[in-house]
Amino acid sequence: MSESNDPTTTRPRSLEERHSQRAVEYLRQGGDSFQTTRVDAVLNWGRKYSMFLYPFVTACCGMEFMSVAGPRYDIDRFGCALPRFSPRQSDLLMVVGTITQRQAPILKKVYDQMAEPKWVFAFGACVCSGGPYNNYATLQGIDTIIPVDVYVPGCPPRPEAVLDGLMKLQARVQAERVPAGGRHRETDDLPLQVVEKPVA
Amino acid sequence: MDDCGSPVLRRLLEALPDAVEETHARLGDATARVGRSRIVEVLQLLRDDPELEFEMLTDLTAVDYLGEEPRFEVVYHLYSVAKNHRVRIKARVAEDAPEIESAVALWPSANWMEREVWDLYGIHFRNHPDLRRILLYEQFDGHPLRKDYPKEKRQPLVGPRN
Repeated sequence: MSESNDPTTTRPRSLEERHSQRAVEYLRQGGDSFQTTRVDAVLNWGRKYSMFLYPFVTACCGMEFMSVAGPRYDIDRFGCALPRFSPRQSDLLMVVGTITQRQAPILKKVYDQMAEPKWVFAFGACVCSGGPYNNYATLQGIDTIIPVDVYVPGCPPRPEAVLDGLMKLQARVQAERVPAGGRHRETDDLPLQVVEKPVA
Repeated sequence: MDDCGSPVLRRLLEALPDAVEETHARLGDATARVGRSRIVEVLQLLRDDPELEFEMLTDLTAVDYLGEEPRFEVVYHLYSVAKNHRVRIKARVAEDAPEIESAVALWPSANWMEREVWDLYGIHFRNHPDLRRILLYEQFDGHPLRKDYPKEKRQPLVGPRN
């Protein structure tokens, strides 16, 4: 602050001024155009159009997922094409189909194995809330064990609904702030925790 | 007791008349309800008698008649490949002592089916070689196909080491 009040200083007063000085220098050296932006905006723009998805497909919604991924609806048009069958290489967890009590710890493990940044897509009524199944065997929505970014209900959802959900997720990704320490969400405060199976 | 025109029931009633409590053949399915304590005797006869030869146990399951006494019913479906005939055997099991003799010694296929009945109904099979839960997990509390199992009850999630 003391610098900016000093009239004798040769350094620019603000970030904006420094940037414009750099732009003038760039034009003087023969450049013909430039655009200013924020790091967040560029990173998020890259992220939202290059989703690598992990298809966690357990039930009949899988057929609808194949339809979305296939040439007629073609999720590739939205930059979300490549299924990676390793959670280490993917950043969108597509949970498609009923998650049972026995399957839930596996889903949690796959989520935990994914590197940040990562997003979760709840595909279908069962994944969102348990759907028609309210019994001892079915998890009542995956948001009881992992954080969910977008819910697409339906039994199964229409491909158009899935594409709409994906575009909503992309809008959300674009609006995110990129914090210095990385993007991380805890799962400790979610309602259900996985009890470790005793090793035999 | 009536054999309902079934040669299988006729033979059963002839050999063990005091074990059979009730018979019927509704919709053409010969059925006999027998005493719980006589079940192995009855099944043994059905398997080994040269007129019956039920060498195959097609199904073993249970029904919970909540409010009736005795509460449970264990159901055996038998089939004879040699004679091409079927029979259904039932035995009532009380709630306060939900147990019955195992049929594994007669048909090895009873092993997993009895484990399933134990898992979901909590009916204990005496002399079963390995009576553990088969579909659910050890930490599961209760037997969910019993009619008085609360629908909203939630169980712990038990998974592999993370």
